[in-house]
Amino acid sequence: MNRLCTHFKTSTEAEITYLRRNFLLMNLHEYQAKELLKKYNVPVQEGFACTSVQEAEEAYRQIKTQTGSKFAVVKAQIHAGGRGKGAIRENGMNGVKVAKSLEDVQDIAGKLLGGTLVTIQTGPAGKVVNKVLVAQDMYYDGPSERKEFYLSILLDRSKGQNVIMYSTEGGMNIEDVAHDTPEKIFKEWVHPSGGLQAFQARKIAFNLGLTGEAFKNCVKFVTNLYNAYVGADCSMLEINPLFKASDDKIIAVDCKMNLDDNALTRHPDLAALRDVTEEDPTEVEAGKYNLNFVKLDGNVGCMVNGAGLAMATMDMIKLSGGEPANFLDVGGTANAQTVEAGFKIIMKDPAVKAILINIFGGIVRCDRVAAGVIEAYKNLGNINIPIIVRLQGTNAEEAKKLIDESGLKVQSAILLSEAAELVKKAVA
Amino acid sequence: MSILVNKNSKVLVQGFTGTEGTFHATQMIEFGTNIVGGVTPGKGGGTHLDRPIFNTVADCVKSTDANVSIIFVPPAFAADAIMEAAEAGVALVVCITEGIPVQDMVRVKNYLQDKNTRLIGPNCPGVITAGEAKVGIMPGFVFKQGRIGIVSKSGTLTYEAADQVAKAGLGISTAVGIGGDPIIGTTTREAVELFMNDPETDAIVMIGEIGGGMEAEAARWIKADGNRKPVVGFIAGQTAPPGRRMGHAGAIVGGADDTAAAKMKIMEECGIHVVSSPADIGKKMAEVIGKK
Repeated sequence: MNRLCTHFKTSTEAEITYLRRNFLLMNLHEYQAKELLKKYNVPVQEGFACTSVQEAEEAYRQIKTQTGSKFAVVKAQIHAGGRGKGAIRENGMNGVKVAKSLEDVQDIAGKLLGGTLVTIQTGPAGKVVNKVLVAQDMYYDGPSERKEFYLSILLDRSKGQNVIMYSTEGGMNIEDVAHDTPEKIFKEWVHPSGGLQAFQARKIAFNLGLTGEAFKNCVKFVTNLYNAYVGADCSMLEINPLFKASDDKIIAVDCKMNLDDNALTRHPDLAALRDVTEEDPTEVEAGKYNLNFVKLDGNVGCMVNGAGLAMATMDMIKLSGGEPANFLDVGGTANAQTVEAGFKIIMKDPAVKAILINIFGGIVRCDRVAAGVIEAYKNLGNINIPIIVRLQGTNAEEAKKLIDESGLKVQSAILLSEAAELVKKAVA
Repeated sequence: MSILVNKNSKVLVQGFTGTEGTFHATQMIEFGTNIVGGVTPGKGGGTHLDRPIFNTVADCVKSTDANVSIIFVPPAFAADAIMEAAEAGVALVVCITEGIPVQDMVRVKNYLQDKNTRLIGPNCPGVITAGEAKVGIMPGFVFKQGRIGIVSKSGTLTYEAADQVAKAGLGISTAVGIGGDPIIGTTTREAVELFMNDPETDAIVMIGEIGGGMEAEAARWIKADGNRKPVVGFIAGQTAPPGRRMGHAGAIVGGADDTAAAKMKIMEECGIHVVSSPADIGKKMAEVIGKK
């Protein structure tokens, strides 16, 4: 459990946590998100994504030529935040590091690439770094003061509108800001029919305390960023820090972007950016069978039709003395093939001591599901753990008869309370 | 007359001739729902399942006086279909389609604000008034006629609740599946209010999920309204880990108020009979009704 799971004192804090969680969604890497933002004329910290030390060296040379500065930043590209404070397990290198020379770049990129980065958001397992972003250093000296702000765009479910959330306190953990100083977080709702108005963008720039060129740049930045959010069907777009450089440029130094899975059909170019190496391999495999699977740390596997009933089944497993090992929604088609795939996926986990199949047959007939379970069971051969099958709804009695007469070591139930009792016995 | 739909409802089907539309329209007709026609742009003038096909919802309404629409069109076109029905003056639109992009629903929600149309869903099983009309994809036989209303975010869990209610010797007035998406047309509170004002409903089963604040809002409304009818509540997802999407896009824990435990606590404080096991919904309802 990381700190995100603790209780919240303010609603703003809760909302921010909600936004920062990766729900719904396809994640983009920082370098991918920045490429996308550039298409919408949002100024970003420029850089090159590199998969080898040689590429990193070449990137550094180019950046040095372009900026005239020997400083550059090397950033690990993984789908998790907290990279700057996180470190590579094997050698202690931080996930974001400033380089002052070619040698530094060689050292940092060499230690990051192929290493396992552990941050507050990755959990102890960490994530393997396959790419680094070598980027220009934005913290150069100039006539005005540098500043770090925070800005994100997300959906406000209760209002049914998009909201821009921003703060003068950037570069730090925004949940801490929301917790300690909620008054420093501002919100601007965008009306769906008119879109973001110029006065709203100006208000944001004023509230961030900007004047002169920086003010004008910020208005443009916010306007273009909102266009990117809507244009790419983002479900979350977070810029932290939103940076005011010493020459009054407004720049996205970091970017976290999630896309709405449901909208990817109209963005084939964005769908192609999916990095499955960042996702749980079992969950990716389940997706191939149209199974909605989430791995959990329990001892009772389950296979259910419908998301709500699946969550309810997990709750019932817990109340029966077990711990759910997974969430698995087989959807509207529970046939032999999907049931077999579900069995295989659940049984990859050696901690699973029993499996509960809970299907409420509506349009799907229970006797067909039962035949599928029997076929899948026979195809798999040696299943050494108790299988409990609860089929209710259309043709439930026929289904129970099929299971009971199959000669397989499968326990059947019709009522949910009966299934709960069988789970209780299995984990006792 | 229960709520939302009854035997007098004149139902049109958008996406009438597609696979889903055809299958479920057939099922609804078998149940006894008065399906008066359907819409498939470009196929107007023909017939399907012995009902007329129209090119537009407006044409269909003009010819058939349809006052309810059920939508089976694919996700990319579903938002458009909802708005077309609203523009044609259809009073109740039930959108079954799953997977509508959320920004499309932002537009729909705004579009509906000055229309006299109630939207149920999207991503929902629909509405059924037992023994009268099924405007949805649920197995009709599970919903025995009676005086218990059900409002639920989830499909199969609604069937489960209806089945338990029947096994407890009770029955259903109307069951409403409101859908599990982040933006939906009719909230838990609105559905509960309809049941509270329905003379043919004596008690309500309210089924929620983790994520969002709708159950808490409904619970507070029930209390403020004086707990006029008993409500049995269940929240799915007590064991779901924070931050993970559990099938429904809306089912994600984000903050203090939308965990199962927090919602259950608020519901209890508002006088709702909360069960922690989904297996106890029917039993609890029988108990509560018995006490009355």
